[in-house]
Amino acid sequence: MTYDVLPQRGVSIEMNAKTASEAAEPAIQFRNVTYSINGSAAQAIVSDIALTVSAGETLVLLGRSGSGKTTLLKLVNRLLLPASGQVLVQGRATSDWDPIRLRRGIGYVIQDAGLFPHFTVAQNVALVPSLEKWDRCRTAVRVGELMTLVGLDPGEYADRHPHELSGGQRQRVGVARALAADPPILLMDEPFGALDPVTRAELQREFSALARRLGKTIVFVTHDLREALLLASRIVLLEKGRIVAAAPPQEFLRIQHPEVQAFTSSLVPLPGASA
Amino acid sequence: MSPFTFFLEHRAEILEATATHLSLVLIAMAFAIAIGVPLGMLVVHRPALRNLALGLASIFQTIPSLALFGFLIPIPFIGGIGRRTAIVALVLYALLPILRNTYVGLTGIDPAVLEAAEAMGMTQSQILWRVRLPLARAVILAGIRTATIITIGVATIAAAIGAGGLGTFIFRGVAMVSDAVILAGAIPAALLAIAADLLLGWLERRLKIS
Repeated sequence: MTYDVLPQRGVSIEMNAKTASEAAEPAIQFRNVTYSINGSAAQAIVSDIALTVSAGETLVLLGRSGSGKTTLLKLVNRLLLPASGQVLVQGRATSDWDPIRLRRGIGYVIQDAGLFPHFTVAQNVALVPSLEKWDRCRTAVRVGELMTLVGLDPGEYADRHPHELSGGQRQRVGVARALAADPPILLMDEPFGALDPVTRAELQREFSALARRLGKTIVFVTHDLREALLLASRIVLLEKGRIVAAAPPQEFLRIQHPEVQAFTSSLVPLPGASA
Repeated sequence: MSPFTFFLEHRAEILEATATHLSLVLIAMAFAIAIGVPLGMLVVHRPALRNLALGLASIFQTIPSLALFGFLIPIPFIGGIGRRTAIVALVLYALLPILRNTYVGLTGIDPAVLEAAEAMGMTQSQILWRVRLPLARAVILAGIRTATIITIGVATIAAAIGAGGLGTFIFRGVAMVSDAVILAGAIPAALLAIAADLLLGWLERRLKIS
């Protein structure tokens, strides 16, 4: 363990990105994880999950509604604890982590953004720094950096409230908030799912570029194969709580599994487009 | 005697009764808020205690007010004739709307906001103080407004157990079969209720977050 990776004032995001991808230890590891609501194996939501997420990769969990994608995500930041098996984050089981410490080191972005309606944009972005008691100056600098990073002019948007923003802008704030304390891991649960198609495509493109620059370990949940192909360094397909396929995007399309084919056949060509 | 001349001749007495009435209401509301709001916060994560507290408060609410004053008289320490008993009864009456609105306000928050708060590493007490409470304050205030209006009305009946206030005119007027005397109690009580409603309604709108 080296200590020169601790974020310092003014440290650029790119620098921290490098240290994340250099770490040898896997960022997240699922060891035969089963989760069920009341502990009965028959009603397991995810069963027997074995999965390693390397530092710096963008892993996309793909699946239909109810396939257990969100459950896997919540097992990482201990919003849920496994019924059996272990989830290791940076080498330590989530059950051994102090949940508060664990979560402050993991960014979380959800579909409805979940911004605090009584906070301004700047206060929302500064949430984790304020919980971590950063000084005012360092927080202000960081908020400015992040708003610029996600494409929101701080001068124009810092003092607005979430209800004064469009859905796409709210989602940008959600991403900025998740990145505020520079966590090595980012969890994203269908972050662009509620946006109109044009805004969604715009945010997907921007986020894909951002993700490459940041070099963070990202676990991204979606039911949209297009989105998975665009963002993933590896796609993991879930069906009824089990992993049925895992491969980088190009190989993924060639997998001969009925559920994979169900997804690839959803990539219908545009009506009227020439074949 | 017309109500108007009665008002003029007894204005000092009416004013004094109004002041007594207002002080009964304010003291009772202070206690009811001091009990109801923290209790509402306490039961957010305690379903058993929540059912007990809301159940008890509902029972108090269903007892007719005159009967509640009567019940309290023989009880040692809090009972007897006079202001103290009246205030205890008024607090019991005001408790339900405050407790229920506090609980509803604290729990009726967008689940995405609460999920994000938890996932960002906020502790339960940080979520309560920094997220739930600020977002619930308009709903809590609506409960306080309802409770205040109920208390202004019920406090007129407190005169029956010797607590004074505007009810003294109403009871006296009923006994004397005099509209003028009844109105000398009823009109100021109604005006107090309207004023409280307007003031707290204005405050509530200011606290509301879009």
